[in-house]
Amino acid sequence: MAQAQKGDFISNLGRIYGIYTGGFIGFVILLGILEQVGVPDKIIGYLFVFLTIGVYALIGIISRTAQLSEYYVAGRRVPAFYNGMATGSDWMSAASFIGMAGTLYALGYDGLAFVLGWTGGYVLVAVLLAPYLRKFGQYTVPDFLGARDGGNVARFIGIVVLLAASFTYVVAQVYGVGIITSRFLGLSFEVAVFVGLLGILVCSMLGGMRAVTWTQVAQYIILIIAYLIPVILLSARDTGIPIPQLMYGEALQRITELEVQLGVVKYHVAPFVDAEGNYSTIAAVNFFALIFCLMVGTASLPHILMRYFTTPSVREARKSVGWSLFFIFLLYFTAPSYAAFAKLEVYQNVIGQPIASLPAWVANWGAVGLVGACDATNAAELFSMCAGVAGNNDGILQLAEFKINNDAIVLATPEIAGLPYVIAGLVAAGGLAAALSTADGLLLAIANALSHDIYYRMIDSKADTRRRLFVARTLLILVAILAAYTASTKPAGILAMVAWAFSLAASGLFPALVMGIWWKRTTAVGACCGMAAGFGISLFYLIGTQYFGMPLWWGIKNISCGLFGIPVAFLVTWIVSMLTTAPSQEMQDFIDSVRVPRGAVRHATGQVGIE
Amino acid sequence: MPQDGLTPDKSIAHWHKTRSLMWTTLAIWFVFSFFIHIFAPSLNEIVIIGFPLGFYTAAQGSLIVFVILIFWFASRQNRIDEEFGVQED
Repeated sequence: MAQAQKGDFISNLGRIYGIYTGGFIGFVILLGILEQVGVPDKIIGYLFVFLTIGVYALIGIISRTAQLSEYYVAGRRVPAFYNGMATGSDWMSAASFIGMAGTLYALGYDGLAFVLGWTGGYVLVAVLLAPYLRKFGQYTVPDFLGARDGGNVARFIGIVVLLAASFTYVVAQVYGVGIITSRFLGLSFEVAVFVGLLGILVCSMLGGMRAVTWTQVAQYIILIIAYLIPVILLSARDTGIPIPQLMYGEALQRITELEVQLGVVKYHVAPFVDAEGNYSTIAAVNFFALIFCLMVGTASLPHILMRYFTTPSVREARKSVGWSLFFIFLLYFTAPSYAAFAKLEVYQNVIGQPIASLPAWVANWGAVGLVGACDATNAAELFSMCAGVAGNNDGILQLAEFKINNDAIVLATPEIAGLPYVIAGLVAAGGLAAALSTADGLLLAIANALSHDIYYRMIDSKADTRRRLFVARTLLILVAILAAYTASTKPAGILAMVAWAFSLAASGLFPALVMGIWWKRTTAVGACCGMAAGFGISLFYLIGTQYFGMPLWWGIKNISCGLFGIPVAFLVTWIVSMLTTAPSQEMQDFIDSVRVPRGAVRHATGQVGIE
Repeated sequence: MPQDGLTPDKSIAHWHKTRSLMWTTLAIWFVFSFFIHIFAPSLNEIVIIGFPLGFYTAAQGSLIVFVILIFWFASRQNRIDEEFGVQED
């Protein structure tokens, strides 16, 4: 009976999510009507947040499971297309959803390093890793390291890297959930973080990977609708055509003209220029270094690689990477248009205008502390964004007197476009969906590493299913509470920590995984030394430059510390492997079996299979 | 005879083809991730529907290539697997 139900679900996915999407659009229209009828904005905000979390909780409850393969890898039944959507929302965090457009607004061409870095890595995933990890077929990335590289030492190093990268990342997500929830519900930040925590747990606790996957598909649908609608309408208003991704070229032209008029030196579209607008080689080097670290990091993050364990086959795993990137692309190719239209609005209607006739959104978002019109000499008292800025009090807003927080770009766009509050609420629901989905994926990766890799593989390999699930769920709750507590202390530099996570994961995991699959001569000792060396160098550079004033090596910013760790890891793995005994024939057979889709995996002695 | 039905010769041939496809795909990836953007300042002189070409390549052009590249790769690799009879049922 249960089997038939599951089969029905998979074969009816299109209809189920179609109805869900239609229902969501209807919900938004209903709230729009309520707003017109006079229902206060605050109520609309509450309805958006609690009803969407309610739907995710419902999916979480329906997907509850008592089977290990469902809890860890969603029964390996997720079709490529839907797995792609789930990966898309797993990938797109609050930083992508709210922060990316803002970063592009502030940095111009330089910001495109994030756009390239956070998409191109998927090619590496598809070609070098996903099909082979899927054929290997166990539950986690440390599982593979343990099997290929001699057991618990390799497994343990893998777990350390996984925890270092994933925990900082998940704290940033819980922080993002707290920010959005507190802003739209009017709760204090600390309370909002714990409300968000509950939201995260209800999605993941009962059903593990199965619940998280299907919830993430639902969250993707909401986040992509929420992201596209405001900028489509803004494009329609500014250019007459509702395709922002094509029309922002026109905006870029007008921006360049206005930049010349306003005396801006660092143009929005200019590549590799420093703050004075001159060509800078070090800027170019850092641009490419960042792209490299982000791309290789993409292919190293365990919570992403784990997503390809859930597809039905190796062939589906490869296609699924394609679908993942397609769904991610939909957001990433729209982000620069947000930045462009916002900048056009600012340069056209805000800079050079009399203070008295600034558009309403400046005052509204100024009140929330995201925007500052710093003309008056006491501007810091009027706008928190104006702290430390001295206005010249001439009644006109000069370029240097205008301050905007990166997050405001996406959040203020509905108001800039003159849209009703329901659209702003929609954006909040989208940002929340993005943050919750990423937090869920990360928490699951961490809890699974602790319960499956440490507890089951290293402590008690005789534990039965019930005990394993119990340990998994308990750890999930504990890690979530720890993350929420850390987030509520508002640690500084959250976004920088996320970028560091990429370099650390890349240095520790990428060379070991790739060489383990593609070069049979890689030995266990070699891989372990490589992982430790790469991770160690990157961590050393990071902590040294960030907290101990160590000077930069060749001007490379520490956000790209992986530039040092990754090559070192490859080199050390190669040298140490050549110096140690070649892997046994059994191990070579194991690798051969992982390299072809058909047939069973031939385990070497000492390797343990699943269950 | 191994479970996947491959003789040692065929196994090596399959892996060689897989590896060649890997290098080809990564070469294209490299061009659109790094190489082409080195020329961004010059490419920016060319403007298409308002987009400076250097900016456009980094903001959209390369992304489109990446998506198509992955689907192309998946289909080519699948054909290699079928050629040697190691595709899944």
